[in-house]
Amino acid sequence: MITVPQLFFAYFAVAMTVLSLLVITAKNPVNSVLWMLALFFHIAGLYLFLNAEFLAAVQLILYAGAILVLFLFVIMMLNVKDEIIGKRFIKGWPVGIALVMSILAVIYFPISRLIQGPAGQYTIEAIRAETNSKVLGRVLYTDYLFPFEVASLILLIAIVGAMVLAKRRA
Amino acid sequence: MNIPFPDLTPVIPEIILTVFASIFLIIEIFTERKSVLGYLSILAAGVGLYVLPMSQGETFGGMFISDSFSTYFKVIFLINVILTVLISLKYLRKENTEHGEYYSLILFSTVGMMLMASAKDMIVLYLGLELMALSTYILAGFKRQDIKSNEAAIKYFLLGAFSSALLLFGISLLYGMTATTDIYQIAAFLKKSGTTPVLMVSMVLIIVAFSFKIAAAPFHMWAPDVYEGAPTSVTAFMSVGPKAAGFAVIGRVFFEAFGSVQADWTVILIGICILTMAVGNIVALVQTNIKRMLAYSSIAHAGYALLGIIVGTPAGMEAVKVYLLIYAFMNIGAFAIVILLDKGEEISDYAGLAKSHPLVAAIMLVFMFSLTGIPPTAGFIGKFNLFAIAVNADYTWLVVVAVIFSAISAYYYLRVVMNMYMKTSTGDASITISPSLGIALFVTVAAMFAIGIFPSLVIP
Repeated sequence: MITVPQLFFAYFAVAMTVLSLLVITAKNPVNSVLWMLALFFHIAGLYLFLNAEFLAAVQLILYAGAILVLFLFVIMMLNVKDEIIGKRFIKGWPVGIALVMSILAVIYFPISRLIQGPAGQYTIEAIRAETNSKVLGRVLYTDYLFPFEVASLILLIAIVGAMVLAKRRA
Repeated sequence: MNIPFPDLTPVIPEIILTVFASIFLIIEIFTERKSVLGYLSILAAGVGLYVLPMSQGETFGGMFISDSFSTYFKVIFLINVILTVLISLKYLRKENTEHGEYYSLILFSTVGMMLMASAKDMIVLYLGLELMALSTYILAGFKRQDIKSNEAAIKYFLLGAFSSALLLFGISLLYGMTATTDIYQIAAFLKKSGTTPVLMVSMVLIIVAFSFKIAAAPFHMWAPDVYEGAPTSVTAFMSVGPKAAGFAVIGRVFFEAFGSVQADWTVILIGICILTMAVGNIVALVQTNIKRMLAYSSIAHAGYALLGIIVGTPAGMEAVKVYLLIYAFMNIGAFAIVILLDKGEEISDYAGLAKSHPLVAAIMLVFMFSLTGIPPTAGFIGKFNLFAIAVNADYTWLVVVAVIFSAISAYYYLRVVMNMYMKTSTGDASITISPSLGIALFVTVAAMFAIGIFPSLVIP
């Protein structure tokens, strides 16, 4: 018997696959980006479905909001007309698909037999009682304080890198 | 809510380097003499080395551990910083790319490596790896006007991002199974559960990602192009630091987390090891550019070092550490000579060097002998130690393979020597010596002979 959550998941899984295919097959790069926007919304939906409202919001704000705009900026610098005439795929694409399918099979069969590990202390009920962002914030600033700080260093490097590689020098 | 302040003692070396690196970004605006930052980064590494023995222990809820294992690797990383900066000072001025961010990025990258060596948690490990890698991508593209440097940065970045994704996939599978990212808790879990198909997939993904970092075949494709395109001083830095960091995490993850399923990963690593030695040594034979030749040589050396991992005993890991330390000296030494020559990127540039600059040729000879593994240089000690331990662990056949490839490697290392000593000069070999480069060469040559003649310096 198929339950409602399973139906919900099935819709998102199928839709995400179809949208991903559309992203890479669309002739016009602008269309690709718009399909990607739809894809990001579906990913956010999947997060919601996993009781991760905060991640869903971040997914929309960061990916749909910030990263896609960057994509569009880059496309603005391309000559879209040339891109439309050009070939979408390289010659050996059937080989690529065959390879990917075999990798998929190799990964799928073991994973379908995954025995999930023991549940942690943050069950869905515990998180609901305290709200998602509060729990996430607390974990981030206590248990994961160190990785959090390292992540901030990585962001600093990204800024420095942009300056080093792009700034006009005298 | 009361949050206890974490004990910072074990992370002090990392904090010191981070503070220096951040201050560099500010000083760089105000000073015209960027070499000051170079001297300061040597100071930073020196201070780091000084406080290293005093900062042992575990902190941040067991995410970070500073033990003898990590300390050894951190010594390699800090020596790498000092030597790299010494050979960079003149090179950057010559290439007209002397910007303060260079030294800052070198330090940040080193902090990333130190975090990798000290990570007791997969998340810290991953973030350390990204910190290291992101800084190195930028360094590879530091010669902005040079199209080859741009190509190196882009290639390194794209393939590096790909390997990071594989690593994350592997870690997430591991997390799905064990519900923890702590390396020692993963070990405890796997001891009970044994090998499962999911574990195998996750292990393979993690091996692929780490092999990429140490440039082991068949995940070495990026290395020659990146080594050739990147600024030479950065190539020296990358060929030692990230490789040693890769071995540090292999040691931690495979010996600790996957310690109970050793039989499974040994098989995979043996394949990678043989392939790496074969590809590295055989393709190096046909190179005409010395940076590409050294890139393939560094692939081959990763293959030798993997022997120690395959042995799977603490003694094997010891041998890998010693090997990497020696490798740091000899490889940066060889790159120092490449930098010393005004035009030294092609192997044919070395023709007749013994006539025009006998001392330079003699020093290069030492490094080439050491890379081949000829006594009385340090390279021999490193290789001998590694092979001896593998033989003791009943991997004689693998050692025979390694020795055969090692013999093949003599051809391309000694070709440089032959060029220097037996060919007549084309007449345009000129050198520009600077004090810092002189110190770097002196230190590396001294290390070659000191370790080569008194191996007890590094082998307990």
